[in-house]
Amino acid sequence: MELNGYHCAGEGCAEAEDEDTAGPELLRPAGGEPPCSSAAAGSGEKAMADGPAHRERRISNSTPARQRLDSLKKSRPPFPWFGMDIGGTLVKLVYFEPKDITAEEEQEEVESLKSIRHYLTSHTAYGKTGIRDVHLELPDLILWGRKGSLHFIRFPTQELPAFLQMGRDKHFSSLHTTLCATGGGAYKFEADFRTMADLQLLKLDELDCLIKGVLYIDSVVARGPPECYYYENPTHPENCQQKAYNLENPYPLLLVNIGSGVSILAVYSKDNYKRVTGTSLGGGTFLGLCCLLTGCSTFEEALEMASRGESTRVDKLVRDIYGGDYERFGLPGWAVASSFGNMMCKEKRDSVSKEDLARATLVTITNNIGSITRMCALNENIERVVFVGNFLRVNTLSMKLLAYALDYWSKGQLKALFLRHEGYFGAVGALLELLNSS
Amino acid sequence: MATPGGTNRASHSLDKSITLPPDEIFRNLENAKRFAIDIGGSLTKLAYYSTVQHKVAKVRSFDHTAKAGEADGEPLYEISVQEEITARLHFIKFENTYIETCLDFIKDHLVNTETKVIKATGGGAYKFKDLIEKKLKLKVDKEDEMSCLIKGCNFVLKNIPHEAFVYAKHADSGFRFQNTRPDIFPYLLVNIGSGVSIVKVESEDKFERIGGSSIGGGTFWGLGALLTKTKRFDELLQLASKGQHTNVDMLVKDIYGGAYGSLGLTGDLIASSFGKSATADKEFSQEDMAKSLLHMISNDIGQLACLYARLHNLNRVYFGGFFIRGHPVTMHTITYSINFFTKGEVQALFLRHEGYLGAIGAFLKGAEEDNPNQYSWGENYAGSSGLMSVSPDLNPMQRARSGTFDMLEMDRLERQLVNLPLLQDPSSYIPDTVDLTEDALAREYWLYCFEEALDGVVKRAVASQKDQPEAAERAEKFRQKYRHKLQTLRHQPFAYGSLTVRSLLDTREHCLNEFNFPDPYSKIKQRENDMALKYYQKVVRSLEELSWEQRQFALVRGILAGNVFDWGAKAVSDVLESDPEFGFEQAKQQLQERPWLVDAYNQWVERLKGPPHKCALFFVDNSGMDIILGVFPFVRELLLRGTEVVLASNSGPALNDVTNSELQIVTERIAPRKVIDLSLYLFLLPSLTFNLFPSSRLDKVLATVVRERGTDLVIIEGMGRAIHTNYYAMLSCESLKLAVIKNSWLAERLGGKIFSVVFKYEVPSKAQGLH
Repeated sequence: MELNGYHCAGEGCAEAEDEDTAGPELLRPAGGEPPCSSAAAGSGEKAMADGPAHRERRISNSTPARQRLDSLKKSRPPFPWFGMDIGGTLVKLVYFEPKDITAEEEQEEVESLKSIRHYLTSHTAYGKTGIRDVHLELPDLILWGRKGSLHFIRFPTQELPAFLQMGRDKHFSSLHTTLCATGGGAYKFEADFRTMADLQLLKLDELDCLIKGVLYIDSVVARGPPECYYYENPTHPENCQQKAYNLENPYPLLLVNIGSGVSILAVYSKDNYKRVTGTSLGGGTFLGLCCLLTGCSTFEEALEMASRGESTRVDKLVRDIYGGDYERFGLPGWAVASSFGNMMCKEKRDSVSKEDLARATLVTITNNIGSITRMCALNENIERVVFVGNFLRVNTLSMKLLAYALDYWSKGQLKALFLRHEGYFGAVGALLELLNSS
Repeated sequence: MATPGGTNRASHSLDKSITLPPDEIFRNLENAKRFAIDIGGSLTKLAYYSTVQHKVAKVRSFDHTAKAGEADGEPLYEISVQEEITARLHFIKFENTYIETCLDFIKDHLVNTETKVIKATGGGAYKFKDLIEKKLKLKVDKEDEMSCLIKGCNFVLKNIPHEAFVYAKHADSGFRFQNTRPDIFPYLLVNIGSGVSIVKVESEDKFERIGGSSIGGGTFWGLGALLTKTKRFDELLQLASKGQHTNVDMLVKDIYGGAYGSLGLTGDLIASSFGKSATADKEFSQEDMAKSLLHMISNDIGQLACLYARLHNLNRVYFGGFFIRGHPVTMHTITYSINFFTKGEVQALFLRHEGYLGAIGAFLKGAEEDNPNQYSWGENYAGSSGLMSVSPDLNPMQRARSGTFDMLEMDRLERQLVNLPLLQDPSSYIPDTVDLTEDALAREYWLYCFEEALDGVVKRAVASQKDQPEAAERAEKFRQKYRHKLQTLRHQPFAYGSLTVRSLLDTREHCLNEFNFPDPYSKIKQRENDMALKYYQKVVRSLEELSWEQRQFALVRGILAGNVFDWGAKAVSDVLESDPEFGFEQAKQQLQERPWLVDAYNQWVERLKGPPHKCALFFVDNSGMDIILGVFPFVRELLLRGTEVVLASNSGPALNDVTNSELQIVTERIAPRKVIDLSLYLFLLPSLTFNLFPSSRLDKVLATVVRERGTDLVIIEGMGRAIHTNYYAMLSCESLKLAVIKNSWLAERLGGKIFSVVFKYEVPSKAQGLH
């Protein structure tokens, strides 16, 4: 990989000091005891329950609010504020950029902190594969009494060594901040963080973080495009439109997280949830199969091909077998009877394009997730389903398919909901744990 | 499947060069009627009904009334061999490439038939419609695939013992057969063809497709053909069985570095199928990709099946379809998946005759006027190929063409078979004491035993038909067939369900019948019955001289001594053959002295001091000394106590077991001479059509009588009935199981010596009695 993107202009400025100007009362060296790892999930739960974050936008100048703010100031963690979710394929990073930095603060800000801030906020791409999703940025957000922007950054998990190298080069460890991380990589790469970048991770359970993140983001997004939306008239493509959905009373809720694999959670309240099941046929399967079948190498490429393909050339439909609907069992002729079923036959294998194969892969994986989700919803008796995860990023095809499949097979009983920050909730949930880290 | 070339080629290149051996495939075509055909993606299954003419041994009593007394040496009854016609269902499975050859063959051998239509089902029925109509001059009548499948499934589950099995890869045989349940409904059938259909079956006529999935066998085949250079289904499976999926799949440990402990997800779990192949710069082996694909599809199907089973509250889930059909690899991955997703609550069940379900169903639809569902049917072990006879996995390289034909034959049983109403729990009743499929040592021993005994059986078979010059030739054919069956069972003990001593005997009986040796022991039985009758009076008189206590013991010893006379036991048949004078008294000397190996005699005598039983059901064993000198005096005593007695014997011949018709003649002969009119209280009923006595396959009439007479005592006599089977059977009334162990190996296993005595008297516990 290319490392240069991670290098910043201020390279070499190593005068790290054990100081943070954000709040002198918070000044404390963080080099002591590392945060306990296995109890992280438990402590996270508490944060959720206390969670002052939710209502911060509505903070008034009333005295109790002021007092809360004061106490918040005391417990506020030092900058920088990061949350990280290290998945099987992608690392998701959220970064809170304070915009209310006073001149005094600016002056006292250590170089390394400044350089990180400038580096992250002045670029939209980092190296060849790191990307800041500018359209997702949440400006004017008040978090723990500070006003700023929340940035959403992602890069492939395999680039993590380069990221660590950058952290080392930028003397990240000198800031003595806690790095809250979730996802499997928080466990897998914990030692690398320590040895390569001298960083201690606060490891957090990914499902805890996911739910916290969803609830938090939904509660703070008030302006701009709605966070939660659904497709109206999903079974009529010509009238199918995105519509805002109010997720104020979300419970019970089926939360389907489609990353490399898929986890399905039943959420009954903000701190009561269970993992119902999961499937290994997820975003990783889509991309993995597409790479093998078409020779592509990125998710975007695969999606682009899929958008130009025709899956019905690859799949065997009900009408290919029965000439029309299979009425006895209420199966419409257009339904897929056998995914890739036409590929059993040589002539048809020779006649399909790579685009067709990509499309069929997308449709197969998406429909299967829809099918398992629907069965879980029935078994758990839940009607609201929220789909998240990076498989849905710029993937309107899959979202519409899911909306269609859920509506059609449940005869309108189930509603498929989507969230704009689809893949970042785990990272957001991790960031929220920062307050509890000290 | 096993097709060289798959679906697409099958229609273009029909193989016409094959020559069919007429005696072995498409048998009994002369009288065939009611054809049905199920043409799948690569295999054709043909079904027809036919009648089989074969010889049966009949006994007829001589009229003794004309003579005053009876002359010495005059036999009690005469034996004749008659022709009998029985109904048989034939099912043949072969590759689509041979369809034209097969149709020609059928046309040539179909002498006369009033049949006008052929029922057809399966995806290929349409494609081959014209060919079938042209060749056979029969009108093709299409039947819905799914309803045929369900009908067929119900039929095999009801009629074939050990039809369903659990597949356990690491077990000795891999197959754990399920006992036939009295209630087969409700169940879930997951049919994995090119796609997946999930069907809930609630009764004979009520079923519903509750769901399905497009990720099925077609996905494995289609994607597999795209990803690898292998284009055939079974070769893809072979490829998969050699691969390592961990090279292609992203595991939990690839993401976490280990397990995801808090969720209980182990590190080896697949987090993302094909997750590692999301790169353009790496090459993956074909084997690894095929394996990953197989896991992906099996897991997905297993998961959906579990979700549907849970939603509909069903715990019996049968898997079928070409994805499963006899492939250990797919059975293993599906089983693994079901275990994982249900944590063992649901077992994945597979069917021995899964491939035939559609054909059986289509056949049944066309045969409704013959009411096949009103009868009980039995798998004919002589004519059926057995599980995995053509499995590509077992023998991938050496499949001869003739090996590509697989057959199932089912005989219509003359009686409807039901459970013994006195079983405590019919659904958990396991007839056989030792499952030779699981017990390798016992299997080794018994297969050896049956092979050793084969010469003797052949000799006796020839001797039983001295008047027929070609008997020797037929007997030789029988020897070859049965020896071949034994060899098959040695390598594939699971071929016909659980291998048991009973099934080995049944198979021998089926093979004997196949070559028209209906009753090789008929003459021996006749001679022994005559001989024993001479002593009957003497035995009864000497018993009457004894005190009550002494008499009870003598009666039990009498049964046991009688039971020593058994041509079925090698140790005894040796003695019987070398020393015909071996007498009843000598037999008593052979018996083990008390305390016996299992000895509940004292409890039994105590019980006899109490009130008489209302009605005793007595399952009798051998002809001659056993029935006449052992059983009848005992029965007489019961009758004198005021207990009614129902004697149950085999309806058909098996070794030297007394048959129902022989028993009838013997009883008539004994009864008129008695002070008490035995016939007043004595019921004679055939117990079953096949060997030994599984309490789950009894004549319906017997069951009715047992219920009506208020039977409160069941007596089971002999090794076959009381040791090999039923030893652990729990009955809802008092029971007596008694036998002499005439086999040193078995005796040793039970902790005794040869001629050890088992006398097991059981009284059901109060709680169960109250039921």
